Amino acid sequence: MTAATLTAPLAPARRLGVAAGLRHTFTLAWRSLVQIKHNPMELLDLSIQPVMFVLLFTYVFGTAIAGSSGEYLTFMLPGIMVQNALFATMTTGFGLNNDLTKGVFDRLRALPIARWAPLAGRIIADTVKQAWSIALLLGVGAILGFRVGNGLLGVVAAFALLLAFTLAASWISVLVGVLVSEPEKVQIFGFMVIFPLTFTSNIFVPTDRMPGWLQNWVEVNPVTVVADALRGLLVSGPVAGPVLQTLLWGAGIAVIFAPLAVRGLKRRV
Amino acid sequence: MDYAIRAEGLVRRFGATTALDGVDLAVPTGTVFGLLGPNGAGKTTAVRVLATLLRADEGHATVGGYDVVRDAHQVRQLIGLTGQYASVDETLTGAENLLLIGRLLGLSRADAKRRARELLADFQLSDAGDRAAKTYSGGMRRRLDLAASLVGRPQVLFLDEPTTGLDPRSRNELWDIVRTLVADGVTVLLTTQYLEEADQLAGEIAVVDHGRVIAQGTPEELKAKTGGQTLTVRPADASDLATVASIAGEVSGATPEVAQSAVTVAVNDPGVLPAVVRRLEAAEITVAELALRGASLDEVFLSLTGHRAEDAPAGNDLERTPA
Repeated sequence: MTAATLTAPLAPARRLGVAAGLRHTFTLAWRSLVQIKHNPMELLDLSIQPVMFVLLFTYVFGTAIAGSSGEYLTFMLPGIMVQNALFATMTTGFGLNNDLTKGVFDRLRALPIARWAPLAGRIIADTVKQAWSIALLLGVGAILGFRVGNGLLGVVAAFALLLAFTLAASWISVLVGVLVSEPEKVQIFGFMVIFPLTFTSNIFVPTDRMPGWLQNWVEVNPVTVVADALRGLLVSGPVAGPVLQTLLWGAGIAVIFAPLAVRGLKRRV
Repeated sequence: MDYAIRAEGLVRRFGATTALDGVDLAVPTGTVFGLLGPNGAGKTTAVRVLATLLRADEGHATVGGYDVVRDAHQVRQLIGLTGQYASVDETLTGAENLLLIGRLLGLSRADAKRRARELLADFQLSDAGDRAAKTYSGGMRRRLDLAASLVGRPQVLFLDEPTTGLDPRSRNELWDIVRTLVADGVTVLLTTQYLEEADQLAGEIAVVDHGRVIAQGTPEELKAKTGGQTLTVRPADASDLATVASIAGEVSGATPEVAQSAVTVAVNDPGVLPAVVRRLEAAEITVAELALRGASLDEVFLSLTGHRAEDAPAGNDLERTPA
């Protein structure tokens, strides 16, 4: 049987180069992306849910909140991009936890590949998914009448800023994925934390329409900060302040959660 | 002698539990070595240490001459791992899983595809190659797991309970595959809860209990220690149990056990069964069940340790909470 035919034993290589590690990372990213093909639920999460949210909010709440659905779309689209991106970061923790509980992670760790490749591959694949969702939201927005105020440069900058922020925020998801016992609990966490976090920001309703005690929180909520930065870049309004604050928030989250997540992962496996 | 796997004094604790309590192993190259023990005995922990997935607290081990901690990268190039915790990706197809591993092992896309096709054919999975692994039956799934661990043509293969939960036909198919691999020079470390499986495949068996090797030898040596076979007699009328027990004891010369309305007794002599039948007939006892079978793990344990193999609860996380 050919399966067992041994090739002449070669002396095994002593160490791995960075180039090999990157190749492993991209192979594993491919694997995460191929999964979408076999898992219609993921396509639903990635594509249908964001579009549905935009349509529902624009036409159900638009007139009541902003006077017209067109006005509201301009106000809300940058914010819903942030909300959608934060929900999408849960994919990373969900997938990682799935790999850990199902044993895929151990299978990978027993292979002569870079130790960081499984996590890096997953994060790269999830960043690709994020980019797809952001582009989709902008596309749907454009069809519904969303007009950008700062040209292509503004769009590219907004795109890059949101990707950078979600990359940082996904470390929270990794940590949750490492700590919980089953993938569904990652989703529960996402629901329990991201829902209230994003709704108590200014992404759907302007801050001054909320009760005073809530306004204090809304103003410091990082979701508000990121949404303001995107509004500035995509539509109009201040740019430098919110963008800088977004970058600081992202850096802060990454500095705290990346080491915790990596340490948690090492302890778990 | 040339050893593919050597372990000396492996100790591994999980909190208050000691999963490995000083395990020594020496597996000659090109042989099948069986680790036999109940759930929670430490078999899986031992495999995880040898497969570089887990560090031992004490002791050291080499695979193919390479230290599993210091030269872990080299060890990973020599080994294949199949176990319930080292799984393929259920959402990918069989072919994609094998392609993924081939690519990770540095094969070109074309070579990885060719290797995947080759393995799917060898394991009778060609027709199912383009279906997601989660749609596979238990037997197909184990064959795919095994195929996945063979992509890199390993010299040393770890099979952690490869047939647990499989039907007899799938189990026999898997055994045949393992025999073929060994014929081609692969060294196999097999863990199992079934004496029969170790007996069928392994040249040498180590019996593990509570993280220690409590006996080691060829299957024949172990079976000789455990009384070879067990005779079970279940009288149709439970009031005959005492009579049946005394007959079984007298004829076999061993101490019978009465449990669950049946009498069991260790048997070494092939003449015991017909003699028992004649005596039962003479005593006019109607029998509901009469069976002679090979010593089970339970009997091996009973005779080696004086206690029965404790069954861990179903779904127990083997490597973290050893019973």
